[in-house]
Amino acid sequence: MDKRTFRVYRGDNERGELKSYEVEINEGMVVLDVIHQIQAEQENDLAVRWNCKAGKCGSCSMEINGKPKLACMTRMNEYEPGQTIVVTPLKAFPVLKDLVSDVSWNYRQNERIKPVKLAPEAKTDRGYVMYQKDVDRIQEFRKCIECYLCQDVCHILRDHDKQDAFIGPRFMIRVASLEMHPLDIEDRLPELKEEFGSGYCNITRCCTDVCPEHINLTDNGIIPLKERVVDRFYDPVTILRRKIFGPRKKKLPPINK
Amino acid sequence: MDISEIRTIEHDVLIVGAGGAGLSAAIEASAQGMSTGIVMKSLLGKAHTVMAEGGMAAALANVDSRDHWKIHFRDTMRGGKFLNVWRMAELHAKLAPERVKLLEEWGAVFDRTKEGLINQRNFGGHRYPRLAHVGDRTGLEMIRTLQDHGIHQGIETYMECTALDLVKDESGAVNGIVCMWRETGNFILFKAKAIIFATGGGGKAWDVTSNSWEYTGDGYAMAYEAGAELMDMEFNQFHPTGMVWPLSVKGILVTESVRGEGGILLNSEGTRFMYNYIPDRFKSETADTEEEAARWLAGDKNARRPPELLTRDVVARAINEEVKAGRGSKHGGAYLNIATQRSAEDIKRKLPSMYHQFKVLAELDITKEPMEVGPTCHYFMGGIRVEADTSMSTVPGLFACGECAAGMHGANRLGGNSLSDLLVFGYLSGKSAAEYARSKGTYTELDAEQVNSIIRNATSILNRESGENPYLLHEALEKNMQTNVGIIRKSETLDKGIAEIEKLKQSYKSVKAKGTSQFNPGWHEALSLRNLLITAESVARAALLREESRGAHTREDFPGEQPEWLKYNIAISKGANGQMQLHKVGRDAPDRELQRIAKSSIEDLEAEVAKEKQTSNLT
Ligand code: SF4
Ligand code: SF4
Ligand code: FES
Repeated sequence: MDKRTFRVYRGDNERGELKSYEVEINEGMVVLDVIHQIQAEQENDLAVRWNCKAGKCGSCSMEINGKPKLACMTRMNEYEPGQTIVVTPLKAFPVLKDLVSDVSWNYRQNERIKPVKLAPEAKTDRGYVMYQKDVDRIQEFRKCIECYLCQDVCHILRDHDKQDAFIGPRFMIRVASLEMHPLDIEDRLPELKEEFGSGYCNITRCCTDVCPEHINLTDNGIIPLKERVVDRFYDPVTILRRKIFGPRKKKLPPINK
Repeated sequence: MDISEIRTIEHDVLIVGAGGAGLSAAIEASAQGMSTGIVMKSLLGKAHTVMAEGGMAAALANVDSRDHWKIHFRDTMRGGKFLNVWRMAELHAKLAPERVKLLEEWGAVFDRTKEGLINQRNFGGHRYPRLAHVGDRTGLEMIRTLQDHGIHQGIETYMECTALDLVKDESGAVNGIVCMWRETGNFILFKAKAIIFATGGGGKAWDVTSNSWEYTGDGYAMAYEAGAELMDMEFNQFHPTGMVWPLSVKGILVTESVRGEGGILLNSEGTRFMYNYIPDRFKSETADTEEEAARWLAGDKNARRPPELLTRDVVARAINEEVKAGRGSKHGGAYLNIATQRSAEDIKRKLPSMYHQFKVLAELDITKEPMEVGPTCHYFMGGIRVEADTSMSTVPGLFACGECAAGMHGANRLGGNSLSDLLVFGYLSGKSAAEYARSKGTYTELDAEQVNSIIRNATSILNRESGENPYLLHEALEKNMQTNVGIIRKSETLDKGIAEIEKLKQSYKSVKAKGTSQFNPGWHEALSLRNLLITAESVARAALLREESRGAHTREDFPGEQPEWLKYNIAISKGANGQMQLHKVGRDAPDRELQRIAKSSIEDLEAEVAKEKQTSNLT
């Protein structure tokens, strides 16, 4: 057993302070355990979000010593003995209370994205036919637990407050998961460029670094999407072809019914 | 308080709970043209469904073409020790495949077979590979798909909003519900023509549980308070494989897919002990040598399944026995080893989140070392008693689906039948609630007296000068359930358990939460404690009454199934004197044809199904 000092943000969006707590740490504890211990023993009304305690729901996002992390997957032995641990809410979003932030903006972004639309001709009486190799890459994006750590770290939202112009890395890969779906026939590139602000991302890769699901957001999702935008809207050959033949349909993989 | 000052919202159909069942219900109610709202304690997409790992069972027959709803139905009934509501098990087995395919249409991306179809995996108690899955994160795929589809269906969502209690009209039908915003502590009233509970279970009454803080039996308690009946509350599933070390993660689920993918259970002596625990009923369908089990894993269709894939009740009890006999693992569980059965690459591909979970939380590499696992409270087979075809409870206008409803799983649930249950009965309850709401026509006024008393009950917890700490009461309840109403039960300990619950109920009357009403976890804890106490009491009392061992309910003093008890379910309701009342209710005689299917030998049924498939192929 080992004693630690925790400094935890207490307050709301207008005012707040870091309050110190002395806590006892047992083997195997994670930061969320410590927060719960403080809550049960010292501050019954300390607000924190969590559900699964196993890194699967993405509720317990916060900043630990300034780094956006899942509190339930951050083990105490990651820190030096005696090191003070500072826990604060996500910086890119308004604080509701203590460690709980208002992430509703993210839900509004999701609603702006056109839902999946599968090619009707790909439907068989045994379901849709698609192959593992064609879904591997979108399954990577679909591992997302919506913890919004990537949204929190992206400088466009975090430092430049461009919430009105850029949808953020989480929703870039949500678009990617739809655009790269082998059977989806919807077109989301115009709004990706015009409304979702894909051009804002300058590929710093901070989002990929913090993703607890180890999704390679930048290289596998965002960059290919940006390339599609460039191909469509800036490549003279494509533009000419579109003028003559109309918008190109997405190519579907062969279907054997 | 003048209730006209409280914000009031109207919905034809209001759903409480936004896991797989609640979202499925909302989508269907909305598709029926109803104004639909959904209230949830957490943020959208965070409900307990995300924790489901293994998959959803449906007889798609993509991997083994011999599969058929009849065989799925037979497996389900046998797993449930024939206590399931026959009609529910039938509906489930018949409708699951089309609901799973619909999920794919709504954007779910399942793992694929070589032919490009939805892949299916083996699981305990299922005759064939039957679980549609996505690695070991199937629940996440399901909830995200329903969420992303649902947000475009005109459904109103009310996040971080806790339902407190139901309101009824003069006729005794449900006409609204009082809720509270967790953020501000303000109250909000819903007028509704029909209300669907999809509130999940109550595993938080135990110390070692795979359930999150949300699982506090809210639906059971609110329904009970409103006069509805609960049923089968004595059947609580202890999942055989929860983490046992480190302490802070004790109880967190280790998916059954580990065994489905070949993982074996060993005791401290290195013995594969499950061979010693094969029940007679399953002897003819279970491998009795390691050699045969190995052939099965290699894909030999004539080999029988390894004993690690027996139903959950059997495996959980076996681990319990081994530990009691002094053959437990270092931290009091059993060893679960996949490292010797599959390549590291396979493990990481098939079980990525298990790999990650153990790596981070236990600093253990499951591709190299065995895991330590032990039973953890996981699932309620019992719940609100509903009518099989409509999902309506015994209170008009109140519906229930998913884990909070009783009947589908009988005395023990098969892994994988939960996610498909959510899809099937979520859909059916949404549909019948919509029909009911349509027949109702107009909204009716909420009774001010009921509303005020619900609000008073809630605020008195804050307003009291001093009183009991809700966290400590909850802890005491968890300890009590763990020791006295655990996996192995007997009348002595159950009596003790009930006495302790009575004491806690007294203490609860003076529970006090410090602080204000704004995002106050202490207050929320105190509010849910009422629900947990009702849930715990109903479990303990029903467990005492059922003097037999069946499925997940094990009585040391009454070993074995008693045919007499197969005739009854235990129903629970609130008596006129406010006391909890239990009654044995006779079960309906099963449909003859269903009975024939469930009781026929596997060989006969397989032959019958093969013949059916052949004729339908010819036409
Ligand atoms: S790579 Fe792009 S989206 Fe990701 S953090 Fe950097 S700027 Fe933001
Ligand atoms: S992409 Fe990764 S970091 Fe971003 S929300 Fe999803 S899981 Fe979290
Ligand atoms: S509590 Fe679910 S991710 Fe941390």
